[in-house]
Amino acid sequence: MLQLLWIVPALPAAGFVVLLLLNRHLSRRATALIGAGSVGLSAVVAILIAVSFITSPPPGDAYRQVLWTWFDTGGLAPQIAFYLDAMSVVFMVVITFVGFLIHLYSTEFMERDEGFTRFFMYMNLFVASMLVLVLADNLLLLYLGWEGVGMCSYLLIAFWQKDVQNVYCGRKAFIVTRVGDTALIVGLFLLFTQLHTLEIQPLMAGAAKNWAAGSGVAVAAAALLLGGAVGKSAQLPLQTWLPDAMAGPTPVSALIHAATMVTAGVYLIARTNVLFTLAPDVRLAVAIIGTVTLLYACFSALAQHDIKRVLAYSTMSQIGYMFLALGVAGWSAAIFHFMTHAFFKALLFLAAGVVIEALGGEHDIFKMGGLRRKLPTAFWAFIIGAASLSALPLITDGFYSKDLIIETSLGAVDGNAWLWLGALAGSLLTSIYAFRLVFVVFFGEQQTPVTLHPRWRMKLPLVVLSVLSVVGGFVWLPGWMGGFHPFETFLDTALPVTQTVAGSFAYTGVAALLTSLIAVVGVALATVWLVESRAALARFAARPTPHDVQTFWLNGWGFDWLYEHVFVIPVKWFARVARGDLVEPAFSGIAWLNLQAWRALSASQNGQLRVYIGVAGVGLAVIVAFVVLR
Amino acid sequence: MILLWYILIPAVAAPLAWLVSRSRPDLARWVALAGTALPLALVTWQWVSQAGALKAAFVAHGPGAAGLVQGTWLADVHATWIAPLGISFFLAEDGLTLIMLVLTFAMGLLAVLASWRGITARVGFFHFMILWTTAALAGVFLSLDLFLFYFFFEMMLIPMYFVIALWGHERRVYAAIKFFIFTQASGLLMLIAILALYFIHGRATGVYTFDFTQLLGTQMPSGTAFLLMLGFFAAFAVKLPAFPLHTWLPDAHTEAPTAGSVILAGVLIKIGAYGMIRFMVPLFPQAVYDFRTIGMILAVIGIIYGAIMAYAQTDLKRLVAYTSVSHMGFVLLGIFAWNTLALQGVVVQIVCHALSTGALFILVGTLQDRIHTRDMAKMGGLWAVAPRMGGTAMFFALASLGLPGLGNFVAEFLILVGTWQVSRWAAVLGAVGLVVATVYALWMMQRAFQGQETHALRFDDLVPRETAMYAALIAALVVIGFYPQPLIATARQTVTAAQQMTAGSPLSPEAASAAQTMIVDGATADDGQ
Amino acid sequence: MAAVSLDHGLILAAILFVIGFVGLLTRRNLIVALACIEIMLNAAGLAFVVAGARWGSADGQVMFLFVLAMAAAEVAVGLALAIRFRQSLGRLDVDDADEMKG
Repeated sequence: MLQLLWIVPALPAAGFVVLLLLNRHLSRRATALIGAGSVGLSAVVAILIAVSFITSPPPGDAYRQVLWTWFDTGGLAPQIAFYLDAMSVVFMVVITFVGFLIHLYSTEFMERDEGFTRFFMYMNLFVASMLVLVLADNLLLLYLGWEGVGMCSYLLIAFWQKDVQNVYCGRKAFIVTRVGDTALIVGLFLLFTQLHTLEIQPLMAGAAKNWAAGSGVAVAAAALLLGGAVGKSAQLPLQTWLPDAMAGPTPVSALIHAATMVTAGVYLIARTNVLFTLAPDVRLAVAIIGTVTLLYACFSALAQHDIKRVLAYSTMSQIGYMFLALGVAGWSAAIFHFMTHAFFKALLFLAAGVVIEALGGEHDIFKMGGLRRKLPTAFWAFIIGAASLSALPLITDGFYSKDLIIETSLGAVDGNAWLWLGALAGSLLTSIYAFRLVFVVFFGEQQTPVTLHPRWRMKLPLVVLSVLSVVGGFVWLPGWMGGFHPFETFLDTALPVTQTVAGSFAYTGVAALLTSLIAVVGVALATVWLVESRAALARFAARPTPHDVQTFWLNGWGFDWLYEHVFVIPVKWFARVARGDLVEPAFSGIAWLNLQAWRALSASQNGQLRVYIGVAGVGLAVIVAFVVLR
Repeated sequence: MILLWYILIPAVAAPLAWLVSRSRPDLARWVALAGTALPLALVTWQWVSQAGALKAAFVAHGPGAAGLVQGTWLADVHATWIAPLGISFFLAEDGLTLIMLVLTFAMGLLAVLASWRGITARVGFFHFMILWTTAALAGVFLSLDLFLFYFFFEMMLIPMYFVIALWGHERRVYAAIKFFIFTQASGLLMLIAILALYFIHGRATGVYTFDFTQLLGTQMPSGTAFLLMLGFFAAFAVKLPAFPLHTWLPDAHTEAPTAGSVILAGVLIKIGAYGMIRFMVPLFPQAVYDFRTIGMILAVIGIIYGAIMAYAQTDLKRLVAYTSVSHMGFVLLGIFAWNTLALQGVVVQIVCHALSTGALFILVGTLQDRIHTRDMAKMGGLWAVAPRMGGTAMFFALASLGLPGLGNFVAEFLILVGTWQVSRWAAVLGAVGLVVATVYALWMMQRAFQGQETHALRFDDLVPRETAMYAALIAALVVIGFYPQPLIATARQTVTAAQQMTAGSPLSPEAASAAQTMIVDGATADDGQ
Repeated sequence: MAAVSLDHGLILAAILFVIGFVGLLTRRNLIVALACIEIMLNAAGLAFVVAGARWGSADGQVMFLFVLAMAAAEVAVGLALAIRFRQSLGRLDVDDADEMKG
């Protein structure tokens, strides 16, 4: 069964090729069938492989499949090879399964779009690249997937390319992430030069064997990889592209900018956890970046009024939680949160897509309202998603994973109270903005008429994801709930176990109660402010200081402004100044000198025969005189 | 003897094309097609059938063999020409030559195909020039006698000059003269260096010869060697082109007809890289080592400056031309790094840049034929009008920015990882160049193809002849992207031999890696305590 | 008859040459310019003959014959040019022939 591994990425890739070649010879139905079907089949194969992997684990709990050697020169011989262990199984299944649901949803969502085929082409290519990323056996192949998903992200954000604004957003996403990617590839140079391989497992073994903890190379390597992860996962300081990425179609946001691609950074760090263990300073940086980003994104989310931008900031914030977990060596906790987040965030985006589509493309939440009776499916899906996002206790999958991260942030050996407090504060803010969204969009007065109701291909994914968002967390229950944790056991075959402080406050019932309470308090606050006293809130928000703060948060704390002035404007200025080429004057200067010399000399060549004869005669006389009189 | 055919077939086809065009102009196209396709088929056949020989040559004379000896060639022709002056007709072929020949004939073929509809004036003369250039280029890559090399080097200049000056665009004469003067002046510097080398070697040994294999290892004072190296460097850096000698290239590319741009970008500028690997570095390893820092600085400036300049342009063709400056910066970087990884990267880059940039030039050409402008301000939204063209442009734009999975990435990665082992900062700055490449590539796509179509342009999408051309190029780039090994294996023997010629100098990878290991060992030892 | 001394002969030749040269520089008529060239050629011829007489050698006279032949050819070509010149420009002013100026 495991031998079929290569088929998993090959199917969507084949879907891409078929769509590319047959393009306009295909009916919409055939396109949808190929586009969604290839991913669906891939999901089936992935699940079969996962079952086989779990029931009869391969030796060493990992399976490696070599397809061919990419190239081989100068000691560098990366292979096109896939590596399957518990972590890649989780990623593979989530990507193909959630990917399939979103493809299915898209067949209805995009059905009137003129770029239908192009859309599925890009989506299939994306799924293939993402699978290559998580299955890659060496860092160079991982980088291939890494750039592939970045490119698909660009193509899909800029999908409605007639509007230059969308294209701008796509370019921004690609360029900002590529800044991070540059760090990543430099990290690859360093790793290869030092350890003479790019194959992940030998690389990690080599690093652990040859490098001392905290040594310069280890820190440099980890920091460079972190640079790549930060760019891809939209963490500070390279987070600015994600809110703008919402310019793409909503299924794209659900798949790429929520469920899968943006978590690639989490995957990378978890995959190279050995390096990060060797560089405690960098790991602390990961935790701090995660915490700061999650708070930053929460505040920004509070001020947004574009439904997708709220969700974008919430994605950023949830990935902040994953980074926090990684930073305190809670590797499995991060992967757990990746999985639950993929379910509920995809759900939220898809539900938001239903709302947007129903209102004829309206994004502004204040022009929605009162939709709970008109769009019941979307409403319930959104409630479940928001509850999960806010980590409401017991009945949501987000609770189990986020609770785990919060407790690890304090209880792990590397955890500390500041991180814990940050995570708790984030949890409070998350519930507030999540339920602000619910109340503003689905309660109150209806502002815009509903013109379109979803049919089964859009409803089915919502239902499935809703169910998963409820039960998805039951695979890893906290200790005080009986300690049923097959997910952890499974991941432990691939990831190191988190070292915890025995008897830490984090693992007491009080701490668990506190975490649960905070989420509930957040929901209560949102209810009070937005349902009971919305007018008062509006009055408060209109006052100068809160208004300025809100604008500041709305604009993502001025990062765009800063980067615009520090990077974009100088480069543009230089480009404008240098347009005619700065070196050119030197060469045209030589040409100009020649021209002047030519002018001077050609003045003597006046065509007057008599002058020529005279000069020739005088010249001859001078020469003769010189020879004779010398 | 097969080597002679590579030069003779296009050289004979050239006057033939001219002659037949007097009665039937269209026949000239077919003659030119045959004149490039035939040697292409021949060289491909040779490549396929000699793959084993290449490997054997590597095994037999590879690691451990003392330099480049006769017999490691796949084929050679050695005849006396002007015996009293020590000039011989010495042609030889190894893996790198093979690759360059494939490239030459493939680009010649593409040039003929690309001008099938575009060139209507003086058809016969045009194809005469294209074939003549092809023949001269084949000669350049085959000759190992420095005088013969210089002969072909100059011979290729003249038809190229006419191609630009006669069939070019608005400022064609200016561009052609600029191209001619730059190349000619720097070529003369190389001639001086060749002659000086000839006399120095002759005085020292009594054997006056232009034979490259005999001139290797000529002893001379280091100051002299440095000056002679600069003579070669000038010629090759202008060709490449390296910053700051690049300014002829945007003009020449912009003004040249499509076929001219394809040959310029595809093959002509690669002579710079080829000449450095084949002649300059092996002849003067110590001088190149002394020059390495400056060379790498120039390369890095070229990468980033070329990319920013590409971003600054409004003329689509000029933009593409500046991307060449940026990409050739990588080539220069790899040559100065001079280790196996970097050199293999250079070879792959030579091929992939030819394919991707050649395709972009053809694309701009087809676009210009249809809408009669290259000004991006007058474009926008063309994807909606011609989706196949838009998709093709997107592919080559992505290739240009070094997307993994396409050949350009393999090349740039190998070059940068090789460079890292010599100079970290150069590698980092080169990698930054990839970000700027993203900026210009996407900017180009936005201005020309995306956005709202406002100029009411209506034109036909790609016709089958064009689609076939692009499909072949796309397939080649993807194949190289996922399996560049045949290319690497073919060039391996050349790269190893070239490195062995510099074995005694500090330039050799052994010396570099020894130094590197010392640093690393020192670092780890310190860290371990 | 006393032989003409070498010095006198050469001085006469020099004077003739200078007359021809000055004429060439000052006169603009093409025919006159040709005549001046004839004078200069003959001055050179005279110098040959005088020198030949001084050394008792026939070479001087042989050279003079060459000069004569050359002068004849030069006049033939020159006059032909003059006719074409006159036909195309309508005048015989040498200063009009300045098409080759830089």
